[in-house]
Amino acid sequence: MTENQIETKNLNVYYHKHNALENVGIKIPAKKLTAIIGPSGCGKTTLLKSFNRLLEIQDEVKISGEILVDGKNILDHKGSEIPDIRKKMGLLSQKPYPLPMSIYENVAYGLRIHHQKKGKELDEIVEHCLQEVGLWNEVKHRLHDPASRLSVGQQQRLCLARAIAVQPEVLLCDEPTSALDPVSAQQIEKLLLKLKTQYTVILVTHTLRQAKRVADYVIFLYFGKVVEQGPANEFFNNPKNPETKAYLAGEIS
Amino acid sequence: MAILNRRIIEENIFKILMLASLAVVLGSLVIIVGLVVINGVPALSIEMLTQTPSGKYYLGQGGGGILNAILGSLFLALPATAIAYLIGLAIALYLQRDFLNPWASGFIRFTLDVLWGIPSIIYGVFCFMFMIMLGMRASLLVGIIALTLLEIPIITRYIDEAISMVPSGLKESAYSLGSTKFETATKVIRRQAFPGILAGVLLGLGRGIGDAASILFTAGSPSDIPTSIFDPTAALPTIIFKFYTSSITVVRQRAYAAAFILLMIVLAISIISRLLTRRFRKHVIK
Repeated sequence: MTENQIETKNLNVYYHKHNALENVGIKIPAKKLTAIIGPSGCGKTTLLKSFNRLLEIQDEVKISGEILVDGKNILDHKGSEIPDIRKKMGLLSQKPYPLPMSIYENVAYGLRIHHQKKGKELDEIVEHCLQEVGLWNEVKHRLHDPASRLSVGQQQRLCLARAIAVQPEVLLCDEPTSALDPVSAQQIEKLLLKLKTQYTVILVTHTLRQAKRVADYVIFLYFGKVVEQGPANEFFNNPKNPETKAYLAGEIS
Repeated sequence: MAILNRRIIEENIFKILMLASLAVVLGSLVIIVGLVVINGVPALSIEMLTQTPSGKYYLGQGGGGILNAILGSLFLALPATAIAYLIGLAIALYLQRDFLNPWASGFIRFTLDVLWGIPSIIYGVFCFMFMIMLGMRASLLVGIIALTLLEIPIITRYIDEAISMVPSGLKESAYSLGSTKFETATKVIRRQAFPGILAGVLLGLGRGIGDAASILFTAGSPSDIPTSIFDPTAALPTIIFKFYTSSITVVRQRAYAAAFILLMIVLAISIISRLLTRRFRKHVIK
């Protein structure tokens, strides 16, 4: 049994008065790919964004319960410690948002704010990260072009490179392939499979097939509640809950 | 058929109204610029741009020019705009919900809108009052303060609007790289909103450099170029006012020439900032 990177206990999230997550208790194993699946509006993204306390930049959000990251409850942390929590978790969003600067600066941004790296050392890490996501050969001649000129698929890989540059432990991926063309989507999927040996990858997806292809561990959310969670094999081949069975059969969506 | 006809007529009336509105605005602009050019250009001379006025200049005699007012306007409006930009940027960033709750920021926005609507003469009188209380004379410094106050609400609200347009996904990206609020605001949001910010600053500058009422009592109107911020200074809008109220025809023509120079300065600033915006717009994420 592998160690759990993230664990939640009685996690409740309220928007206004709407209970978006209800008594969520999950375990996410380290250095594995965990897929969070469920129909739209079931709280997948909310759950993902609670892990790096990104929910709190919105209005009227109330969070209670515990979110244990490496055994420590991150909801106890003070505001000034939040950047450190977030640094541990890279985010890949549905639509890529490169920073409004050059390709090079996008990857260098995190390194500059956290490590004060400069010159050659910085160049090397930027190159390494771009190599990791298979973008280096496409952009090495135009590192100082604006990131906004890349295609959406390239932008998404740039966002991945930018995230791993700050050496996170976890990669939070919020439907990272849904806005991409099939080829780019496949590239991202392959990258996530490659990266899960080094990082704990949490993938929110609404495509069941994608979860089947890549997940080691699955969490099924329905109307803000965890219906079933477990190793992918067991989850897909031998679901225990009737709602899971119905979802897998395509009867509820 | 009858219904369709009514809808077509409705549409045509609306088109005519829109065209008429456009014609009124464009027509006024053309007439204003035309009058300034027709009356101003003949009165223009090299001396006007390169010399300060001699004693009899205001009586339509003697040599000299309005270099003191041209430089004075720049000395007043540029620092005022720079200061208003810094203050406005700080306020606008703070108004975002990352820092302030929406109730408080709504109230501050309302206050700024009220300040925006206050006539500039009030800013002038307000600063004049303080100037007298502190025993100061009309000077470049007091003029700059009056213009800064005048420009702050305009620039702040523009920057505020520009920043509000920054997609939340971009903020989330910056935060999830472990940026603090300050880093997110100054390194990411400010860059993304830059074209909008620049537009606001320009608008503020335009208002500041063209305003006469706020500097009428606060900056003075001497014939010399100021040598320190405690010296009084002339400015183009005040000199236009002074010249145009003269009974001497030549002097009144010089008012048009001064207006023409002011117009050219504003035009030059607009063109330069357009070019600047293009340089920065390429980084903006859509």
